[in-house]
Amino acid sequence: PDQMGLAENQVITYRNPIHTYTYTYTFNSKVDSHLLIWLMQLCFNLIHEWLLKNPEASICTAQGAAEFRDIAIFQDYHGLAEFREAVAKFMGKVRRNRASFDPDRIVMSGGATGAHEMIAFCLADPGDAFLVPPPYYPGFDRDLRWRTGVKLIPVVCESSNDYQITIEALEAAYETAQEADIKVKGLLITNPSNPLGTIITKDTLGALVTFTNHKNIHLVCDEIYAATVFSQPEFTSIAEIIEEDKICCNRDLIHIIYSLSKDMGFPGFRVAIVYSYNDAVVSCARKMSSFGLVSSQTQYLIASMLADDEFVDKFIVESRKRLAMRHSFFTQRLAQVGINCLKSNAGLFVWMDLRRLLKEQTFEAEMVLWRVIINEMKLNVSPGSSFHCSEPGWFRVCFAAE
Amino acid sequence: MTGTGFSRLRSPEPDPDTKQTTSGAGGGTAMRVIVPLQGVAQGRGGLVLGSVIPCALFYFLQFYLKRHRNEPKDPNSPASEKATGSPTQSPSQSAGQLTELPGLPRSLSRPLLSPRTAGGPVSLSGRANSILKCSDSPYDIGLIRVEEDPYDELGNPDGVIQLGLAENKLSLDLVKDWLAENAREAILGGGRRELNVNAIATYRPFDGLMDLKVAVAGFMSQVMEKAVSFKPSQLVLTAGATPAIEMLSFCLADAGNAFLVPTPYYPNFDRDVKWRTGIEIIHVPCRSADNFNISITALDRAFSQAKKRGLKVRGIITSNPSNPVGNLMNRETIYSLLDFAREKNIHIISNEIFAGSTHGNEEFVSMAEIIESEDIDRDRVHIVYGLSNDLSSPGFRVGAIYSLNENVLAAARKLTRFSSISAPTQQLLISMLSDTEFVKRFIEINRERLGRMYVRFVAGLQELGIECTKSNGGFYCWADMRGFIPSYSEKGELELWNKLLNAAKVNVTPGSCCHCIEPGWFRFCFTTLKEKDIPVVIERIRTVVETCKSLG
Repeated sequence: PDQMGLAENQVITYRNPIHTYTYTYTFNSKVDSHLLIWLMQLCFNLIHEWLLKNPEASICTAQGAAEFRDIAIFQDYHGLAEFREAVAKFMGKVRRNRASFDPDRIVMSGGATGAHEMIAFCLADPGDAFLVPPPYYPGFDRDLRWRTGVKLIPVVCESSNDYQITIEALEAAYETAQEADIKVKGLLITNPSNPLGTIITKDTLGALVTFTNHKNIHLVCDEIYAATVFSQPEFTSIAEIIEEDKICCNRDLIHIIYSLSKDMGFPGFRVAIVYSYNDAVVSCARKMSSFGLVSSQTQYLIASMLADDEFVDKFIVESRKRLAMRHSFFTQRLAQVGINCLKSNAGLFVWMDLRRLLKEQTFEAEMVLWRVIINEMKLNVSPGSSFHCSEPGWFRVCFAAE
Repeated sequence: MTGTGFSRLRSPEPDPDTKQTTSGAGGGTAMRVIVPLQGVAQGRGGLVLGSVIPCALFYFLQFYLKRHRNEPKDPNSPASEKATGSPTQSPSQSAGQLTELPGLPRSLSRPLLSPRTAGGPVSLSGRANSILKCSDSPYDIGLIRVEEDPYDELGNPDGVIQLGLAENKLSLDLVKDWLAENAREAILGGGRRELNVNAIATYRPFDGLMDLKVAVAGFMSQVMEKAVSFKPSQLVLTAGATPAIEMLSFCLADAGNAFLVPTPYYPNFDRDVKWRTGIEIIHVPCRSADNFNISITALDRAFSQAKKRGLKVRGIITSNPSNPVGNLMNRETIYSLLDFAREKNIHIISNEIFAGSTHGNEEFVSMAEIIESEDIDRDRVHIVYGLSNDLSSPGFRVGAIYSLNENVLAAARKLTRFSSISAPTQQLLISMLSDTEFVKRFIEINRERLGRMYVRFVAGLQELGIECTKSNGGFYCWADMRGFIPSYSEKGELELWNKLLNAAKVNVTPGSCCHCIEPGWFRFCFTTLKEKDIPVVIERIRTVVETCKSLG
């Protein structure tokens, strides 16, 4: 049993006090369970309500079943037009409509995992490299490298300046690669950041665009946490930078990865997209998407759901509110026991500073501390080293832990 | 057995280059799974070592460089200049956040010159470039033409009739009816007030819920008339047969290795097997004289030629029922193939995605049936399946890899994170496939309709003097139009194809797209038609072939 006192395969029943529905979930500790359960608690009653009100969207009624004939047969790698339009609109809403997205630049892929791999296949050859500022999501080591043969080069980022990405550090990493005779094809940034929960400032984004332009390398922006920004400062999407900076930026170098897993709490749907400003990349990625097309049933369901403006607007507002509350409650509790967190305003986690609890400032000591936290405090945290953090003593923890 | 002198009892001579690895109950020669994924599959530190050590080195180098370079900080250069020309940030704000490249005017649109990036067009990967360079094949062009101008009996009677896409619309009504009655419960859970959250949120395991594996294994069994009992634990589910084939390719071969594939074959193998993997396909021609059945002699010849060229052959990919011809492989051929694979110590990928779409009297034999009894071949045979064809639902994206080789399964499982089946779809299909009564009815009725269409369509073509090979599976027939092509060449074949597409407005697949070694053969898919469309199609084709009777 873990900290929530849950046993493997235990069936949990949630009863929502407002509505009279209950829903069940079978606990599986191998899943990032707290995150998942929390996501569901957060979003689910809203989605559940919508689903029940709109059964034809999931082809559950006679009327919906009539649609099925075309849906079941549909396997076009362009994706349903309504799906792309709905996703384009949703992406715009999440960015407070300060950027607009062209449905024809949306290419489907089976989950963010597949999207990352796909963009690597399109942009780089085996042996080429991407610069990635740590701390970064450990999955990148797998998703971007396994089958593609691409390398990842970390860029120095330190807690002393809140892990801001500096041009100096980028230049150093780029030079290191040159000296090792490695061709750098692009820079991958995650904004908002996992595991930090911070956003990249507009100025820094601009500088990153400049840097990549000068080196003529690609800029891949993973924005899958875009809708989880719950307080100031405001989130700026790379799409906004592009739309403002039309002259000095080569749009062919800019690509966005997006997914509905985190924003909508739909990891099981396996819906992610690659949005590229480069026509050749869109064309190539589209053909590659055959290896990970989104189920037409799911496309149809999402198209219907996201087309419901009222639902979407309510969802975004509600989700942000709850995230803010959870984050604040959690960070306050930590502060009470003297634990500081990196100031963050996005994501589903916080970046805890436990450096002073280390016996010595080494990664071995960090692992020792991690085992103590897991075994004795029964708190599910991830050590900074798994995110390639350069300094020991930092841990990522999801808000769901109480 | 064909006259090659192989005997099942002959002990195999392992290929001297093959590394012997232990693998399950393989006995005899062990199958080599490619090295990088082997590490992944066995959970060894490949990932950690592979990333931590290079990272550590880079950190060291970067810190070293940082301390030793003397970069002039220019607090007056703007942190970012807006196109609108608004005032730049004050130095105190920018200096703390980032250091700007000194002296670089913002209006410079030419990238900074360096030996590696000397301005010019943006570079993509070799894979992207190869796709962009090649022009659309007749296969693609035909599909596009149909999309632009689709035939509709009432709405667009002069539109292009689709005979080029292997899709089965004959029995969609059966599925539709099932959904109308059952889908609500399947997706939203039993009882109006309860919702099974797993239906929405579950995304692990990546290789499919066990319930779905059980359901798919059961379906596969039913479809193959219970000749095999498929074990759910040996299944890896993927988002379609397309990624299943690619995954198997990644697991069984390295870039630069090759697979032997009998021609004519499904055009998209070129994409699924070769594109991102860097693996080559060696064509093994089948001929009309053999009714386009596989010949071991031809396989052997192709294998030897590959060896001479220094190409390492890792396996054979067969399709049973075959596409585009529609042949079923008989037992004797399957045994011969296994002998051959054993002797050369290579894998067999058996693509059986049309197993449930057979018609006529011939028996379908799955490789799974054979390996159930043959101990020594268990590790080398892998079956690809999917629901797209047999359940008429290509949109749902459900594919499967069935193998008794634990190493291959383990590696494939890890790759399914890139192509998992969507959760709501898994739920829906668990319900649908568990309804064995429905499945039984569907398979029966579908086969009947398929058989009927086949007979009618082939008879229609016969009226025009076009003979088809005997086929018992798939959604198509393989037509001999050698008497109608202007010249016995690919060019002649494409001329006829063109006439059929543009004059008769019928989209068919020319044999050259399938790498058929003999020109003049065409694949006609008839499952997107209604029976009453057949005379329309035949008339249209008549207008073309009457003007084409040429070669003696």
